[in-house]
Amino acid sequence: YHMLKEHPSSLVDMYEALPMPFGLVRYGVAPDHPEVKNVQNRFDEVARDARFTFIGNVKFSKELKIADLKSHYDAIVLSYGASQDKRLNIKNEDDSIRNVFSARTFVGWYNGLPQHRDLQPDLTCSDSAIIIGHGNVALDVARILLTDIDELSKTDITEYALGYLRKSRIRNVTLIGRRGPLQVSFTAKELREMMHLPNTRFHTDTELVKTELSANAELISQNRPLKRLMQILESGTSKTVGEKSWSLKFLRSPVEFITRDSSDPSQPKFIKAVKFHINKLEGPPDNRIAVSTSVIEEIETSLVFKSVGYKSTPVEGLPFDEKKGLVPNVKGKVLDKNGNEFPGLYVSGWLKRGPQGVIATTMYDAFETAEIIMSDIQQNKPMLSDTIDNCPKMGAEAVIPILHERGIRTVSYDDWKKIEEKEFEVGRRKHKPREKYSRVEEVLGILDK
Amino acid sequence: MRGVRVTINFITPEGDKKTIIANKGESIMDISHTHDDIELECACEGSLACSTCHVIVDPEYYKKLEEPTDEENDMLDLAFGLTETSRLGCQIVMEKDLDGITVTLPSATRNVQLKGSKLS
Repeated sequence: YHMLKEHPSSLVDMYEALPMPFGLVRYGVAPDHPEVKNVQNRFDEVARDARFTFIGNVKFSKELKIADLKSHYDAIVLSYGASQDKRLNIKNEDDSIRNVFSARTFVGWYNGLPQHRDLQPDLTCSDSAIIIGHGNVALDVARILLTDIDELSKTDITEYALGYLRKSRIRNVTLIGRRGPLQVSFTAKELREMMHLPNTRFHTDTELVKTELSANAELISQNRPLKRLMQILESGTSKTVGEKSWSLKFLRSPVEFITRDSSDPSQPKFIKAVKFHINKLEGPPDNRIAVSTSVIEEIETSLVFKSVGYKSTPVEGLPFDEKKGLVPNVKGKVLDKNGNEFPGLYVSGWLKRGPQGVIATTMYDAFETAEIIMSDIQQNKPMLSDTIDNCPKMGAEAVIPILHERGIRTVSYDDWKKIEEKEFEVGRRKHKPREKYSRVEEVLGILDK
Repeated sequence: MRGVRVTINFITPEGDKKTIIANKGESIMDISHTHDDIELECACEGSLACSTCHVIVDPEYYKKLEEPTDEENDMLDLAFGLTETSRLGCQIVMEKDLDGITVTLPSATRNVQLKGSKLS
C-alpha cells in the first residue's frame, strides 16, 4: 500500500501459503469483531492494483526459498508473522494430552484455518474451562465460549465450530495469570466486552485487586490506558448475577498437567487438573516480576487453553535471533549476525518487532519498512544480487513458471475473488456475512472444476 | 455537495499547514478521503475498531467537542503519541462552531513501545 503510493514505478508480488489471503485478519480476529476486519477493503484495493500480484498456495521455505527468489527480485520483505506458541516450560507440556489446546489453535479452528480444521475439542465433558494467560487472545477464547449461541450464529464463525459450541456445556471460564491485576496484557475494549456479557457473573480476588490498586495509585494515575483498564476491572466486581461466569485468577504459574488414568494406554490421556504454584510480586512498580513461593494449588479441569504468546519460526537463509524470537533488523532492514545490513532483505510485522500490537501498530510498522526500502533505493544501496546480464528483475513472471514446474497450483487474486463470492453466497443462505472454506483441497477443487 | 461551509486547518507530520473548506456534517475521516493531500489512514472505516485516524485537536476547539464515548477512548488508549487533546478523526464531525479548527496529524514513527502494555 505504502510502496505503491509513494513509489509508483514499483511492482509488488505477495506470496502466501494459503490460497486465501489476509492472514490474521481472517484467522485471528474474532468472528464477533467484524469492524476490525474492515481493513480487508484496503487490502482488496491494493490487490486490485495492476502493479500488485497475489500468488497464493505457495509454502515459503518448503516450496519456495529465498535462494529461488534472489535472482528475480530487487528486495524481499519477510512478513510471515509468528506461528509458534511460546512455551510454558512445564513438566509434560509436550505430551499429547486430550483437551489441552493452545488458544491460537482454538481460535484458528473456529475461524476456519485449514491447519486446525480437525481439532475436535470436547466441549461437553464438564461445565468449566481454564485459560492460562491474561491477554486479549485469552479473552477472545473466553468470550466465544460464553457468548450466546444465537449471537454467534450471525457472525462469520465457521458452521462446524457453531455445531460444537451449540452442544457445549461450558458455563464457567477461569483465566489464570502469573502476575497481578496491574500486569494484565488485555486491553479496555476487550475487558469491557467481558463485563457486558449477558447472564454472566464475574469473579476475582477482590482483596488483591483493592490492595494492588491502592498500593499503586500514583503509577496508575499517570498511565491513562492502565487507569481506564483498572476502572473497568473494579466495576466488574459488582457483576454478581448470572448463570454463567468468568473469573480472573492472579499470581499462579502452571507447573504440571495432571491427566486422568486411562484404560487404554495407546490413546492420549485426558486432562484432569493443572498444578500451579502461587507467586508473589517483586520489583519496582513499573516492572513487577513473579517470584514463586512454595505454595502449590491444583485446579481441576477438563479443558485447558494455553495463551501465553507467540514466537516466530526461523527460515533458511534468514538471520534469526533465537532469544528474542525474531529477525534482527533496524527499522525493518535485516541485519546479518555481524550486525551488518543484509542487502535486499527486509522484515515487517511480528517477525520484525515480536508478536504484539494491533492493526494500527502493524500498519505503521509496515510503513516504516516501506520507507526504509524506498530510502535504500534512493541512496542506491545494494539490493539483492543482480542477474548476470544485468536485466531488470522479472518477479512473479519468472517465479510462477518455476512453481508450476514443481507441481504447485498457484492461486491468483481473481481465483480468490471467485472463492470469496461463493463464501458470501453460502453465507447469505445462512444469514451470516460469509461461510469460510476451511479445507485447501475444497478450495482448489472449486477452482479446478 | 453544497451545504454550510466551514474551514479546517490540517498540520501534517512534516509541519506543513493545509487549509481545507469542508461541508458541515463531514467528518475529518470523510475530508481526508476527498483530499489526496491529507494523509489520514482509516483502517476500520470509522467503526471505532482502530486508532489509525488519530488526530490532535487544538485546545480551544477540543473544548467544543462532545466528550468521547468509552468506545472511542478505548481506541485512543492504543494510539501512538496520545495527547490531552487527542481524538479519532472519524468521530469529529464538522459543525458551524468548529469553523477554523486546527488538527495536527501525528507523526507515526514508533521508537518507543508502550511501557507495560502488551497487546495481543
